[in-house]
Amino acid sequence: MKAPPVDYIRPRSLTEALDLLANAGAEGRVIAGGQSLVAMMNLRLASPGLLIDIARLPELLTVVDHADAVTLGACVTHAAIEDGRVADPSHGLMPRVAATLAYRAIRTRGTIGGSLALSDPAAEWPVVLAALDAEVILYGSSGWRSLKCSEFTTGIFQTKLAENEIIESARIPKLSADARCGYVKLCRKSGEFANALAVVVTDPRRGYSRVVSGAANGAPLVLADTSRLVAAGPRDPDALRGTIGSDLDHASDRHFDEFERNLHTVAATRAVQQVLV
Amino acid sequence: MTAIRVRINGSEVADDLPPRLSLADFLRERRNLTGTHLGCEHGVCGACTVLVDGEPARSCLTLAVACDERAVETIEGFGGDPIIAALRQTFHQNHALQCGFCTPAMLITARDLILRQRAGSEREIRDGLAGNICRCTGYTNIVIAIAEAAKEIGKEAPNAQ
Repeated sequence: MKAPPVDYIRPRSLTEALDLLANAGAEGRVIAGGQSLVAMMNLRLASPGLLIDIARLPELLTVVDHADAVTLGACVTHAAIEDGRVADPSHGLMPRVAATLAYRAIRTRGTIGGSLALSDPAAEWPVVLAALDAEVILYGSSGWRSLKCSEFTTGIFQTKLAENEIIESARIPKLSADARCGYVKLCRKSGEFANALAVVVTDPRRGYSRVVSGAANGAPLVLADTSRLVAAGPRDPDALRGTIGSDLDHASDRHFDEFERNLHTVAATRAVQQVLV
Repeated sequence: MTAIRVRINGSEVADDLPPRLSLADFLRERRNLTGTHLGCEHGVCGACTVLVDGEPARSCLTLAVACDERAVETIEGFGGDPIIAALRQTFHQNHALQCGFCTPAMLITARDLILRQRAGSEREIRDGLAGNICRCTGYTNIVIAIAEAAKEIGKEAPNAQ
């Protein structure tokens, strides 16, 4: 199908974009790569009155390589991350994830900020950024604020992004030299949305370990006991599976059926095995 | 209506467009470039893949007005391209198409895989083609054709980027 009629404007600055968004009220919608939004418009699932195109705003394309973190502007594309054209705080985890995200012709336009803003439950970046303990920087009428990515996404397509706010960037802590990462995406065809995602980050020098499940019927799900077990370096595969299973069972609000529970257990187990030396 | 200037297959074009118009419909209906095909119109089938500033993009998920000051390449614009020429030859030799609906985008996607050196093995080629659906061939001959073209291009320019 074709997208419904819509107005379109390409502001010159983030401040102008924010003004336009405030003036447009409920009709206004920010568009970056448009790889989900235009699809939703074509399917008539979304019909905004005004598209505010932020994809070329220099503020949102900025990448800053700090001593202890990397800040990626919201409009950095998946392909730029895949190709290593931007600084990588994650020792290859982010490029590796980006390469599995949809298809190249989507990755050249889709953005990391767009992925966070939509927070599709099966999307990769909300899960990966939660696992890396990243922060999302939001710009609104009262200035900037930052939130942990693990708290930003609150549910299925639900976030703490306010109506008159735009995602400016993600600030991702740099991993230490001996940190290790695991990543497993289970889906039937390369590039599809995941049936189960698991991301493991363990950074002993910073005393940090986190295991996060994605496509988990809600926001990225931190497996707390499994994270602690990973820090200790689990040796017993049955104990590992058992801990993952009990973490999943604790999240009773996700209502995993037996198949889903097994899928997430397999994904998390394999991802943890990738970080065991 | 929104005014845009866009370079299409090397020629400057200026037009006044309704913002909802997709790049695909702009190319097909206003520029008569009907080699870009529309299958699903929501980013799954890949038939509408073109190049925007040299990178593959879904023209069904790209608004034409967002291509202001950009360069767009469609299958009609690859007449002198050596990689597309090699692919045309190997697709022909291997019967890598039947109805031809997916073929223009298959060629553009395959060219990108070869340019990015992601056509070194069957696995790589199949991964790279996951976003382009073909309902006739079962992919086998497409994969063979791309592997052959990649080999040929590699021989001619071993350091091709």
